[in-house]
Amino acid sequence: MSESMTSNISPKGRFPFKLKIEPRLKSPSGWFSSMLSFLAVVLALLVGAGIIAAAGGEPWRAYAHIARSSFGSVGVFSDTMVKAIPLMLTGLACTVAFRMRLWNIGAEGQFFLGAWGASLVVLAPILPEETPQWIFIIVMSIVGIAMGAIYGFIPGFLKAKLNVNEIISTLMLNYIAVEWNNYFIYDKWSEGGFQMSKVFPRNAWLPRLADYAKEIPEFRGLTVHFGLVFAIIAAVVVWLILYKSQWGYEIRLIGDNPKAAEYAGIPIARNIILVMSLSGALAGLAGMSEITGVVHRLQGHISPGYGFTAIIIAWLAKLNPFAVLLVSVLFGALILAGREIQPSGVPTMIQGVIMVFLIASDFFMRYRIYFARRKEE
Amino acid sequence: MNLAIILQAGVATGTALLFATLGEILTERSGILNLGVEGMMLLGAMTSYAMSNKFGNPWIGILFGMLAAGLVSQVHAFITVTLQADQVVSGLSLNFLATGISLVLGEGLNSLVGVPLIPKFDIPLLSQIPFIGDVFFAGHSALVYVGYLMVPLAWYFINRTRPGMHLRAVGEYPSAVDAQGINVFGMRYFYIFVGGLLAGLGGAAISLAISPGFFAEKTTSGQGWIAVGLVIFAQWNPIRAAFGGYIFGALRRLVLDIQGPMLLLGFANPFYYNPYYGFFLKMLPYAFTVIVLIIGSREANRKRVGSPAALGLPYIRGQRGL
Repeated sequence: MSESMTSNISPKGRFPFKLKIEPRLKSPSGWFSSMLSFLAVVLALLVGAGIIAAAGGEPWRAYAHIARSSFGSVGVFSDTMVKAIPLMLTGLACTVAFRMRLWNIGAEGQFFLGAWGASLVVLAPILPEETPQWIFIIVMSIVGIAMGAIYGFIPGFLKAKLNVNEIISTLMLNYIAVEWNNYFIYDKWSEGGFQMSKVFPRNAWLPRLADYAKEIPEFRGLTVHFGLVFAIIAAVVVWLILYKSQWGYEIRLIGDNPKAAEYAGIPIARNIILVMSLSGALAGLAGMSEITGVVHRLQGHISPGYGFTAIIIAWLAKLNPFAVLLVSVLFGALILAGREIQPSGVPTMIQGVIMVFLIASDFFMRYRIYFARRKEE
Repeated sequence: MNLAIILQAGVATGTALLFATLGEILTERSGILNLGVEGMMLLGAMTSYAMSNKFGNPWIGILFGMLAAGLVSQVHAFITVTLQADQVVSGLSLNFLATGISLVLGEGLNSLVGVPLIPKFDIPLLSQIPFIGDVFFAGHSALVYVGYLMVPLAWYFINRTRPGMHLRAVGEYPSAVDAQGINVFGMRYFYIFVGGLLAGLGGAAISLAISPGFFAEKTTSGQGWIAVGLVIFAQWNPIRAAFGGYIFGALRRLVLDIQGPMLLLGFANPFYYNPYYGFFLKMLPYAFTVIVLIIGSREANRKRVGSPAALGLPYIRGQRGL
């Protein structure tokens, strides 16, 4: 094994050292893994700079702009957090599914359905406008979560019962969700012919820090909303499920070795359906918190691809729920600042480059690379 | 407006899907799953449109579009073949990368006018056949005819030639091929490249022939993903891929057409009563993809045909297993 993996980088006998690549026998420390991810991100940013320069942009100014307009002051940091909240929840959605090696690429569609479900409460209407705020929040969360869960259940069921590839089915459902929402904002719930619903009543808004500016003046203008609490609770719940419960043990076992899990009598089909539903529920909650915490109406452009960025976030966080929260803040900054950067594709591209370097860097987790003195032949 | 015109447009639309599906079939036959088709198509569409404008020649544009998609596919090749990483994650990241590059470099392309497009012509004699001639051999862009030729060629190559046999063997049992002295790694790099070229050609077919122009992500609007789904439906067989591609093409055209449903299905286009019902029609190609996947996997179960055995698995010399 090690013999065949050995490779020479120099012609025979010229250079007294040679590069050796050997499989690692035990996995490297967590410190090494974090450093590796960090290096991958730095390299990715350098390559991204190259592409921006090639497109005629000014990479360093773009990066400085991203940093300044997302972490420059308390006010903009609050806006960064607002962008991070849906990323946290969709990132957790991907984390749960990916841990079982179930590729839920449909967080975007589940996000849309969650947003639609929350809107349904106000616009159907399920609750009258003068309902107290806490009842509104509870009911909207439940409906949003349920809609997301149903939208995750569909591909889960198709995968478990009919062996339909979940990558394709979740992706197709994304497109369907967008058209579904479009129908409602163009026709059913359109306000005065505009492609958006009416603004939700104040009672149906998630509380924001700025709402308490009267009592605590420092909160004035801060847009961070109650969704952050949802996200933190969700992270704890996901962590408890994955690492402290029997169900989580089953999920992890199926993810690591489906054959062994099957022989151990773990019901794989049922777990596929349950995990996809849970994943969809989390993404649905993200949609609900975005629509009630930020947008306050149903409209077309409610997501700059949160559900897709979530895939990268889950991967960069190594499927650790608490790391998802932190990584989401960084990507929230990228999305917030990216809106003003020309050309407009820069955030998508940077995300792609980061992901490529990240997956490439995994090689160093599995192999040890070192220089060895060449023996006399 | 009659049925032949709608089907004719469907065949044209399906050509882009056909190229991408054929490319993915070749890649997957070598044991590599490449989920980056959507991104590669977009890159092909962007590059070919920009280059056709720059050089004033659509064929040079296509060449650049194919090469761009082929080159970016080598990122996936390096990560999955050499670094042995997970093919699903790598394919997804390729998708982000290629989409991002297309958006960055393609900024402002939609304002171009008078970009040279692929020429359209009739096939003499064949176009005289009633109905069939109108649908398949009249008024199509040159790429559609290229598509007709490519289907039997791809089938013949995979099933009847020596390199095609090697290709299938690499996807089924790479260690046996390796023992034969054939370079498994090189083969996989090559067929990922071919898959990239064809995805790029599919993208070019969209931006230079089917619906000319570059409209960011809307240019491909998920056709690359449909192609990945069609590969499963096609059971890795180019002939079935052609069926799937043209049916989907017709379906995509149908939803754009006011009178189409009446002619084909016997009921009026709901769009006719309420223009907003059109959003439900737009869901059809995507919903149909899911249905096709259900049919495909049931049929595969029954006939006991499956994906190439080594699909999705990295080949590591000296390791047990495939």
